[in-house]
Amino acid sequence: MNDTVQTLDACGTRLTVEKPAIRYDRQGDRSDAERIAAAMNAFGKDFGRTAALYLESCIHCGNCAQACHFYLATRDPKYTPIWKLEPFKQAYKREAGPFAWLYRTFDLKPAVSVDQLQAWQELLYDACTMCGRCTMACPMGIDIASLVGLARHAMFEAGLVPHELWAVAERAAREGSPLGATAKVLRERIDWLADDYDVEMHLDEPAAEVLVTFSSIEIMKYPESLVATARLLNHAGYAWTVCSAGYEATNFGMMSGNLAWQRQATLKLIEAAIACNAKVLVLPECGHAYMALRWQGANLLGRPLPFRVLHISEFVAENIANGRIRLRKVDASVAFHDPCQVSRRGGATSAPRAVLAALGVDLRETQDSGALNFCCGGGGGVIANRRADELRYGAFRIKMQQIDATGAEMALTSCANCRQSFDDGGAHFHWDRSMGSLLELCAERLEERVAAAGKQGLTADA
Amino acid sequence: MGLLEFARGPALWIALAVFVLGTIWRLHGIYRRPLKPDFSEPRARVMRGAGLRAIVSRMWHHRTFRDATIVGTLNAYGYHIGLAIVFFGFVPHIAFIGRLTGASWPAVPGWLFVAGVAFVFIGLLYALMVRLTSPVLRLLSNFDDYASLVVVLLPMLTGMAVLSLSLPSPYPTTPASPVPVAIHLMSFELLLVWLPFSKLAHAFLVFASRATTGVAFARKGATL
Repeated sequence: MNDTVQTLDACGTRLTVEKPAIRYDRQGDRSDAERIAAAMNAFGKDFGRTAALYLESCIHCGNCAQACHFYLATRDPKYTPIWKLEPFKQAYKREAGPFAWLYRTFDLKPAVSVDQLQAWQELLYDACTMCGRCTMACPMGIDIASLVGLARHAMFEAGLVPHELWAVAERAAREGSPLGATAKVLRERIDWLADDYDVEMHLDEPAAEVLVTFSSIEIMKYPESLVATARLLNHAGYAWTVCSAGYEATNFGMMSGNLAWQRQATLKLIEAAIACNAKVLVLPECGHAYMALRWQGANLLGRPLPFRVLHISEFVAENIANGRIRLRKVDASVAFHDPCQVSRRGGATSAPRAVLAALGVDLRETQDSGALNFCCGGGGGVIANRRADELRYGAFRIKMQQIDATGAEMALTSCANCRQSFDDGGAHFHWDRSMGSLLELCAERLEERVAAAGKQGLTADA
Repeated sequence: MGLLEFARGPALWIALAVFVLGTIWRLHGIYRRPLKPDFSEPRARVMRGAGLRAIVSRMWHHRTFRDATIVGTLNAYGYHIGLAIVFFGFVPHIAFIGRLTGASWPAVPGWLFVAGVAFVFIGLLYALMVRLTSPVLRLLSNFDDYASLVVVLLPMLTGMAVLSLSLPSPYPTTPASPVPVAIHLMSFELLLVWLPFSKLAHAFLVFASRATTGVAFARKGATL
């Protein structure tokens, strides 16, 4: 696959590469044996105690199907979450489990084949957003999404990643952004936004208390989010900066399964924060960016981070609590869509609700909200894969219907990827609503400052 | 050595040894694997009891999943409790355990024993029916699922055969018909041997799995 000819589609309702004339869902020219060896080596390498415990514990009850939006939308049993791991369960039992010698000696589990992995590519990449709702239904408490993450590492090493996801992940590793938001583009955008919106923006300050990061989806599709972030930071009176050496918070290395690319993207942010001596790194409205840095960043670095990592909703909630951000009330009812990686899998469920409470909105929770929310259908890189569109729309319909059922006047979220998933799904269904940004609403509702910002630092966790 | 002596002697000790060693081996196979340190800053500083909370909280489904899972869950509770009643509450079984350990406790009333037996038979057969008819379960099921079900049913079936005999005491040294008793005992021994190698190991893995996720989620401040 020639990686340099994958043209970006920057005009659609979601950002990805243009529809390929020919799909290349196998990368490289390797023999099947080499692909399998690479997959199993990768799978075994980062396969620890917790993953082994999970794979040993499944009782085949099928309850996880009842939590998966892809299964609920299609009723196709192949979308049962634990089934998406079947080749890896098979490989584990045969190669690494406590009774592997028995399985091999009597050939109780056949060796995994490339054709099998190829067949599972759809299940691991198109039909799983790693939203983790299945964990909430598993009587054994198995964290299936984390196992899918490990399986994706193996799939990447085998060169079996869907065309579009591979293309954007490769672009991210090569250019620093999956969607063309290079450092040059960032500088141009910041200059333009500062000018057009008359907002003070800080780029490449040598020192700052807060390092702000963005997602390429925001930079390219929702630039008002950059303005909103700047307004909030300025309002709160922080010394802040964006760093052109480390600004891209999306991590397609993580979503595609390339650990080296994941580490590369993560370390750029960490090094940028250390370089400007930041006390806090603020992540943008992006779900998987939160998982990648807040919960996995230190582990990729190999030691605790010397700064705090906050999702923008946590940052705003914290500064509302300490009085540095003051918001004017909004007289409207709101349905809030929880980004899975921030809420269910990230633990920051209360922060956006604290912000909504400060805005004084009438919060109307969806039937399943917080830790039990339905994913928008586009997480985990699924939205990049054009062949997954029909499946994704089925999943999106569940979310759309739940939001409609609230009867709320506004729908808000705190994830740009969810927003573009709503844009794209909404256009498909001719939905009469749109998904807004909690961050942007906060920036619109900032009170006029009447006194200098307080000097208190960021101490309490949201 | 007669069949009953064999079942009560060498076969029992071999089965118990395989059960214990197999369980240790399976747990060792899991816990010998590396546990990577987590350097992320925990949201919750105190995680005492998080594992235990997850073990308890996962005993019942979240409301949103109940409609789809309630029958299966109640059925599973029914036959698990039934198995406990039958194994721990029946006079000959208490005598059997007493012979091995010296421990003793009162038996359950007859009606409760009968109810336990009914729960096990009906529950396991219902579970089998669902496994054979549900597209999801049919896809997920493998030899282990069906074999485990048979291995659990066998002591029940052979036990029913023994029940039809009139034994002179709860644990007769020389029953008039030793073969059914021996077969019953050996079917239980098969269960002991099968358990550590099969999905029946969820009897102990359930605690480890739930607790592991409970602690990991509590660390992030996430709800399980």
